[in-house]
Amino acid sequence: MKELRLMKGNEALAEAAIRYGVDGYFGYPITPQSEVIEYLMSERPEERTGMVVLQAESEVAAINMVYGGGACGKRVMTSSSSPGVSLKMEGVSYIAGSELPCVVANIQRGGPGLGTIQPSQADYFQATKGGGHGDYRMIVLAPASVQEMADFVGLGFELAFKYRNPVMILSDGVIGQMMEKVELQPQQPRRTEEQIRKECPWATLGKTPDRQRNIITSLELDSSKQEVFNNKLQKKYAEIVQNEVRYETINCEDAEYVLVAFGSSARICQKSMDICREQGIKVGILRPITLWPYPYQAVKDLVKNGVKGFLVVELNAGQMIEDVQLAVAEKVKVEHFGRMGGIIPAPGEVVEALKTKIIGG
Amino acid sequence: MSEAFARPEIRKPKNNVFKKTKVLTDNVLHYCPGCGHGVVHRLVAEVIDEMGIQEKTIGIAPVGCAVMAYNYFDIDMQEAAHGRAPALATAIKRMLPEKFVFTYQGDGDLAAIGTAETIHAVNRGEKIVIIFINNGIYGMTGGQMAPTTLKGMPTSTSPYGRDIQTMGNPLKITELVAQLPGAYYVTRQSVHTPVNARKAKNAIKKAFENQAKGCGVSFIEVVSNCNSGWKLSPVKANEWMEQNMFPFYPLGDIKVDGELVK
Ligand SMILES: Cc1ncc(C[n+]2csc(CCOP(=O)(O)OP(=O)(O)O)c2C)c(N)n1
Ligand code: SF4
Repeated sequence: MKELRLMKGNEALAEAAIRYGVDGYFGYPITPQSEVIEYLMSERPEERTGMVVLQAESEVAAINMVYGGGACGKRVMTSSSSPGVSLKMEGVSYIAGSELPCVVANIQRGGPGLGTIQPSQADYFQATKGGGHGDYRMIVLAPASVQEMADFVGLGFELAFKYRNPVMILSDGVIGQMMEKVELQPQQPRRTEEQIRKECPWATLGKTPDRQRNIITSLELDSSKQEVFNNKLQKKYAEIVQNEVRYETINCEDAEYVLVAFGSSARICQKSMDICREQGIKVGILRPITLWPYPYQAVKDLVKNGVKGFLVVELNAGQMIEDVQLAVAEKVKVEHFGRMGGIIPAPGEVVEALKTKIIGG
Repeated sequence: MSEAFARPEIRKPKNNVFKKTKVLTDNVLHYCPGCGHGVVHRLVAEVIDEMGIQEKTIGIAPVGCAVMAYNYFDIDMQEAAHGRAPALATAIKRMLPEKFVFTYQGDGDLAAIGTAETIHAVNRGEKIVIIFINNGIYGMTGGQMAPTTLKGMPTSTSPYGRDIQTMGNPLKITELVAQLPGAYYVTRQSVHTPVNARKAKNAIKKAFENQAKGCGVSFIEVVSNCNSGWKLSPVKANEWMEQNMFPFYPLGDIKVDGELVK
């Protein structure tokens, strides 16, 4: 039975993990996401579903626990915030290179360095363009509500197992900390070993006489084989680009100007759009939901529809704007508006920026 | 000349009692001739075979010369990032408590880059086996200094010998680990003679039996050679090991059944 609750984004993520039948969560405390592990610990998931929840000695250890569990075909996840996610990047690269499924949540805070505990979206590049070493890609989902914090756990695991690839939920301190109404899915059972053996014939669950041994590794010293493997990865990534682009458009049918924003920025832009509409300015919103694969085509279509300019609103110095610029290809104006250091802009600031940088500029 | 060569009638198939254990694959080992890694592989494989746990065992290879250990064990295996094997093992054993889980790690992997993972996995008393090959050097990358490199020992990054003032002391991680309540069995062995290999095998067996009983970490250090890194012949390397490594890393049990050996 579905259930309505008032929850923090971080708690909704944690509760959704239990209900989705996640087998293991491994984390290390860091603001503003410590509620994830605190909530899990207080819920006694080992009794509710048999889920393992462990506070690791570091984010490095946590992501490598995720590696070990993912390699057994288990549904495993971790969460952290920016400085901790940097530490996880080695592990993410290994997970991508070993083609393992997992979900990693980043409840972003401001950087660089220790930065601030206030919200930020400055890890966009890290999440979408690399972060770890090597030619790999991570599917990146950007929740813009507490509901999506819950929903993207299930979606994340579906995609992670479909493609045997790490999935990141790229959230921020606003979405993680704010409270909203959330509709929770009914409890799903955790999969049995038999089910996992069937669904994940590659999993290291112990070699049975009916199959060869399973080896999970990212190592291939033979260059020609390593290139073949890389090509295989790229083919998979192309397939993901083909199938998994997700985005939302609001009021874009008649829009002359479009605000492009993800996550908490998209929430601010809703209000900015309302203010503009009241003033007779036809503004719409494009909200990418997958940041990789990026909805380039959606941007191109808006240009084709006659949009005169895009304002890319982010809590950073201008990162996603590069993807919008790539799609727009200098056909119309693209500008960035952002605040940094953990400052959340007021909707009016966005309206002002739209007027001065795009409409008037 | 051995007796078998002197009396060919002894070399009959029925007298061939020495067999390759079925838990080792037919792949040719990539280790240097005389290296201890191959012997330890065999001992671990024999124990898995004798205990009948091949279908239930998941092994974790390190980054180091044993990085491709998964080519030799006929069991499901994972290859960890450098130093992280105990973290992988923790998750596997926690989620699959009925399986047997072991890590196989060198001294750089376990006692330098992976120190935190080692200490904390032991401290949590994870029900796993850790096989630790201490050859006092980084074999795989060409003989650089390891945390376990002896005082004065030359390596490619301590070409004039390890200087304690600037490079620190050799780390007795095994003694350190033994202090932790989570460590149930801690022992130091070698495999350079048949007698030592037999003792090491018994230790490995005890370790897996401990896991079957659900006890904490069983930690087996094998003081081993690295002929290539030490730039010695296999025979000379073993002599050097006896004369230099064993005095600093004495063989024997350090903790048995959760009790420190006096
Ligand atoms: C993160 C990282 N740093 C460094 C290396 C390079 N590297 C590979 S093996 C190794 C040392 C291995 O030494 P040890 O663990 O003692 O094993 P041995 O080769 O002697 O058996 C190093 C430094 C690496 N692969 N990954
Ligand atoms: S380099 Fe050293 S540790 Fe590596 S295989 Fe050769 S002898 Fe063994």
